[in-house]
Amino acid sequence: MFKLRATLVKDIRILLRDKVGISLMFVMPIILVVVVTSIQNSTFQLVNKNKLPILICNRDTGKISAELIKDIGKIGMFKVSLAVGVQDEKAMSDAMHGKDAMLGVIIPANFSLKVSAKSKSIAGKAMTSFGLQADSVKKAGDIDPLTIYYNPVLQESLRLSVEGGVRSALQLVESRETLRSLYFSINEKQLPEELENEMLNNKTAINEIPVSKDGTRTTPNATQHNVPAWTIFAMFFVIMSLGGSVVREKVSGSFIRLKTLPTNYLVGILSKQITYLGVTILQAAVIFSLGIWMFPHMGLSALNLPSDWLALFIVTLVCGWCAVSYAICVGVFAGTQEQANGFGAVSIVILACIGGLMVPSFAMQGFFKSAANISPMHWCLQAYYTLFLEGGKLKDIINNIVPLFIITIVLQLITILGLKRKNLI
Amino acid sequence: MAINQPLAIEIENIGFRYPGSSGTFFSKLNLKVAKGERFGLFGPNGAGKTTLISLMTGLLSADEGHIKLLGREIGKQDNEVNKLFGFVPQDFSFYQELSPVENLEFFGAWSGLDKKMIRKRTDELLQILGLEEVRDKQVQKFSGGMKRRVNLAIGVIQEPEILFLDEPTVGVDVQTRHAIINYLLELNKNGTTLIYTSHQLSEAEGLCQQVALIDDGKIIAHNSLNELLKDYKEDSLEHLFLNLTGKDYRNDV
Repeated sequence: MFKLRATLVKDIRILLRDKVGISLMFVMPIILVVVVTSIQNSTFQLVNKNKLPILICNRDTGKISAELIKDIGKIGMFKVSLAVGVQDEKAMSDAMHGKDAMLGVIIPANFSLKVSAKSKSIAGKAMTSFGLQADSVKKAGDIDPLTIYYNPVLQESLRLSVEGGVRSALQLVESRETLRSLYFSINEKQLPEELENEMLNNKTAINEIPVSKDGTRTTPNATQHNVPAWTIFAMFFVIMSLGGSVVREKVSGSFIRLKTLPTNYLVGILSKQITYLGVTILQAAVIFSLGIWMFPHMGLSALNLPSDWLALFIVTLVCGWCAVSYAICVGVFAGTQEQANGFGAVSIVILACIGGLMVPSFAMQGFFKSAANISPMHWCLQAYYTLFLEGGKLKDIINNIVPLFIITIVLQLITILGLKRKNLI
Repeated sequence: MAINQPLAIEIENIGFRYPGSSGTFFSKLNLKVAKGERFGLFGPNGAGKTTLISLMTGLLSADEGHIKLLGREIGKQDNEVNKLFGFVPQDFSFYQELSPVENLEFFGAWSGLDKKMIRKRTDELLQILGLEEVRDKQVQKFSGGMKRRVNLAIGVIQEPEILFLDEPTVGVDVQTRHAIINYLLELNKNGTTLIYTSHQLSEAEGLCQQVALIDDGKIIAHNSLNELLKDYKEDSLEHLFLNLTGKDYRNDV
């Protein structure tokens, strides 16, 4: 016990004097959490609060295209500007740059005429099928397509939702026109506006309710998603200091002396585990505190801690232990500090990717969905999400903690085998 | 060495080959060092000095034969044998981020000393080796000579019965060398067996009673220094060395 205590004191002293290492383990992850959360938060606001700038060039002169523009504006996600005199793709591109629009739409010439003709044709068909006499069942030509230009920086998911929005506005315009034609064919008078609104506007509201295990109805936000995720990344980031520390000790002269002393090097490894486990828990405490108390001052939502503190502590402890075990394992097998740092940095980014920190696991395909299971970060993230987003309790995260624990034990065994193979214990 | 004199080190028929190499480095090598002796091991670069010290300290394991330190076999998972000797490697073998006191606290604990003993030995050693004034300063700011003294202090903290010294004075000034050699002679006077290796042959002449010359993995001469000089009709250890090992460059790859 005295040997372990002396080794712990030595490791803590060395750690506290390594200013660069401390910066890497604390300052860098804090910056990462703040930056990622802020960016995600602004994306969230772009979609939900700020409006996406859209430039519309109307080559049509009819009133249906004007109604379409009005309906696009009513969707609520766009800030509509009108472009005049846009003749080709280059002109649209220049106009979009000029107005900083992410999207551009060109409504083709004769759009109103063709929609109207198509509506009359459909109304005629409907009259015929009702067994009534139609004015005209002439076959109408196809309506020329609308063209949407988009800035390539726009993410695909956002682009698809924009397309969906424009399509719904288009659907509304076409339906309205068909309804008007049908009404006119039957009653030979215009469709009253009140009736038109009643027939076309949605009657059924949609309630969105976040599903939680404890019955709370807290709406998730960028903070609640990102702080737990990037805390895990920060914990695994200890590899940059710990992996290097193991290698540095291994290749330094002090290791030769350690090997001749009547103490097993496992004491040294155990001490490093305890020291850096403390570091990972401290990292989590610092980042969570930042989320709770500092984020509101930075215009971000405050972090809400889960109600089950014991479960939160256990996940953090096991996650930290796994991160430390991984770092020591890499340090034992690496020949140089460069190898440990290079492999360590790249491998944790890969583990973060397949673990769902960057892209949600449920959105992954085939192999990568299965590969997520081998990433300890995946299990940590699932456990944190259950606690932070779903209001889960300890019993709800056992299924995540057990695989994480198994991965940790496997890493420990590999480390011991590596130490034995290299004749270090 | 007198017959029936107690042995500090007994090497019997050891064989050793570096993993992956085709040739045998040591074959049937024998060596005995009496307790309380000041023993010097010399040879050109690549002759096998460091390998032999690594085998004696358990850093490497012999493929055959056995090595006993004060009657206990090394490399048999016996931690007690490691308490018998101290080691002062050629490289600085301590933590540069720590102070001399902090290094001695840590290595003292790993050597099996208790807290009280560590404090006592730390005070003694820092006083003897002139490190009292810098006891709490980080070693990385020290001169080469001061670092050598810290290296030595750590190697002797547990008052070992056998002390292995691999070039303990390389790169130091005359004052530091003088202080280190005097301290080693003092230790030997108190019963510590010294196993010393160096390329500083004039320094070795003043320190070593028994000398072994090693070349190409074989001990080519072993006797008291005076006897060897007499036998080979040489006037210094350096001339004896050149006589036995030749004047050609040695490329240790």
